[in-house]
Amino acid sequence: MARLHVVTGKGGTGKTTVAAAMALALAGQGQRVLLVEVEGRQGIAQIFDVPPLPYVERKIATGVGGGEVFALAVDAEAALLEYLDMYYHLGRAGKALDKVGAIDFVTTIAPGLRDVLLTGKVYEATRRKAHGKLAYDAVVVDAPPTGRIGPFLNVNHEVADLAKVGPIRNQADAIMGMLRSDVTRIHLVTLLEEMPVQETLDAVEQLEALDLRIGSIVVNMVRHSPLDDEALALAVKEKIPAAELTKGLRAAGVAVSKELVATLAAEARDHAVRVGLERENRDRIDALGKQVTELMLQPEGIDHGALIDLAEEFRG
Amino acid sequence: MSELDLDALIDDPAIRIVVTCGSGGVGKTTTAAALGLRAAERGRKVVVLTIDPARRLAQSLGLTELDNTPRAVAGVGGDGRLDAMMLDMKRTFDEVVLAHATPEKAEQILANPFYLALSSSFAGTQEYMAMEKLGQLHKQAVASGDWDLIIVDTPPSRSALDFLDAPERLASLLEGRFLRLLLAPAKGPFRLMSTAVNMAMSVMNKILGAQVLTDVQTFVAAFDTLFGGFRKRADKTVALLREPQTAFLVVAAPQNDALREASYFTERLRQENMPLAGVVLNRVTNSEATELSAERSLAAAEKLEEADKSPLTAALLRLHADKMQQVVADHKRADRFKRGHRSIPTVEVAALADDVHDLAGLRLIGDLLTA
Ligand SMILES: Nc1ncnc2c1ncn2[C@@H]1O[C@H](COP(=O)(O)OP(=O)(O)OP(=O)(O)O)[C@@H](O)[C@H]1O
Ligand SMILES: Nc1ncnc2c1ncn2[C@@H]1O[C@H](COP(=O)(O)OP(=O)(O)O)[C@@H](O)[C@H]1O
Ligand SMILES: [Mg+2]
Ligand SMILES: [Mg+2]
Repeated sequence: MARLHVVTGKGGTGKTTVAAAMALALAGQGQRVLLVEVEGRQGIAQIFDVPPLPYVERKIATGVGGGEVFALAVDAEAALLEYLDMYYHLGRAGKALDKVGAIDFVTTIAPGLRDVLLTGKVYEATRRKAHGKLAYDAVVVDAPPTGRIGPFLNVNHEVADLAKVGPIRNQADAIMGMLRSDVTRIHLVTLLEEMPVQETLDAVEQLEALDLRIGSIVVNMVRHSPLDDEALALAVKEKIPAAELTKGLRAAGVAVSKELVATLAAEARDHAVRVGLERENRDRIDALGKQVTELMLQPEGIDHGALIDLAEEFRG
Repeated sequence: MSELDLDALIDDPAIRIVVTCGSGGVGKTTTAAALGLRAAERGRKVVVLTIDPARRLAQSLGLTELDNTPRAVAGVGGDGRLDAMMLDMKRTFDEVVLAHATPEKAEQILANPFYLALSSSFAGTQEYMAMEKLGQLHKQAVASGDWDLIIVDTPPSRSALDFLDAPERLASLLEGRFLRLLLAPAKGPFRLMSTAVNMAMSVMNKILGAQVLTDVQTFVAAFDTLFGGFRKRADKTVALLREPQTAFLVVAAPQNDALREASYFTERLRQENMPLAGVVLNRVTNSEATELSAERSLAAAEKLEEADKSPLTAALLRLHADKMQQVVADHKRADRFKRGHRSIPTVEVAALADDVHDLAGLRLIGDLLTA
């Protein structure tokens, strides 16, 4: 069963929100979950309304079924020092690197190295054992956006190409092995708009070419139409019968004017055009043949209650 | 609270550069393209530098060939002209190297693995190259008279501020202490280095391997000649952005995140002495029937549903109620923004039903921008 869930999508589509809701959903089934962010943005702290997270795992929520959500904001610089110490027992030399700006330089100029460290930490947390069993039942990653997800997840493959032997090679192979295995699933968040859907399709193609596994497509901020298909068809063709509308409005006790009738029909047309576009985009998603989860638009925005609602939609 | 008059802006011959900025997805590219088209059709010679147009919009601007130079857009009316281009970040970087290094050195740099990493994925390179390209276009405009207005779109940064910070970050990375230290062995005797550096170097050697370290050093040594030039040009472009011939347009959607970014950005422009023309509040939901409120519309729909009468009317009333909720929410946020920034001219652009993907759509946005 998949235990490592990687959440990506175009910027602003709801990656952080969806990752948080997914973590809550898993905790709701009684699981012990680690929610990880890797972009140094403190998005998790913001969404759970807690002070900025340090580079330490701490509990931020409790699930109804006795599960728990822990959160971690991975910091590449700190992870590098941790990593160097683990493999090279650097001690003072590590500090020297930091002092001359090498850590900063290396993690900035070689984005790949940053990704090695971030994925390394995720790997470590996913397989960590405590008291003879897994420390976390599931790990959910608020990952980089679609534009960078391929290089991010594949970086250890590149490393394996560079380092032919030795501990770095072994580590890289192990991480790649986990990311490509049954343990890992990638979830793509999208809106039913042209640009995010296009990015989703491109990302699926890219990730699958890298032998990575797609878990689901999460269609976020869905709105249900109050109009049925028949009404939508009439609206698009601008054939909403004015006489029926006028009569209906009177029956409803609304002060009727020609303008109001025309405006309501025009609003219905605009809406139907939008729905038409959304359906085209939905068809493009469905054509992928992946599992699709819909999450409703939360009209009041995202607070703890809304997150719980979204978590429930996840469980279906 | 004043209205932003964008026709006056694009008709003003003294304005030669317009920069659209704001957080991701708010409509920067759309606004840049729509203003470019409008200015051209009102007689100006315009070049629009887009960064990441949606596919169909790119097609309608003829941006199918990615050759990093402006091309005339077909179908533009009036007697001005409109050229458009899409930024190719890596290519722009390569061109800089080719233009400013000797052929042998350029070849060395272009083939270096660290250059490849820096030029294709360093966070901030895209922002930096947008500035570089703007500098180039400006030079060309002045020299050739091809254009009298340059409209620049900015990259889809997660934060609008990246655009102003990135060149500084890249420049300071390239001028940073560590790079200098890496250069030192190529230039001077090792013994001049501190123990810390020596230790750092030997650790790097151990971890990265001798080959990698040599690559870094070659890259740095070859790049060294470019440092001065990089810095100077970035400073020049930043100076250009402060001149009165430049106008910044901050684009925001009526959502809290985007408005917060827009606030930061306008404040930052003020601190930097960069000329802000105003804020475009894009994708604001509007209705022609605001006299029928969300509450009353919903109540009317329920009344019909209970009486089992005209389900079509009930559905349209529910739709209108949803819309009115959105209208109220959008305007509340937009008004709060305007009240908080009374000195900043603003203009609201309605959310269209359809995406903006052809010249007709751009003209419509142009009309809304200047209504
Ligand atoms: N289902 C939803 N209903 C209502 N609002 C939502 C929903 N999902 C996300 N949002 C809102 O959309 C905005 C963007 O969401 P979020 O920050 O999760 O996106 P992201 O993909 O992580 O963005 P970034 O690319 O900046 O990291 C936030 O304001 C969030 O509250
Ligand atoms: N006023 C508007 N009404 C409807 N759609 C719009 C409007 N402005 C922008 N869009 C659409 O929103 C999407 C994002 O716009 P874009 O200009 O690419 O944003 P940015 O450059 O800020 O990331 C595009 O699909 C565009 O067609
Ligand atoms: Mg996020
Ligand atoms: Mg854009």
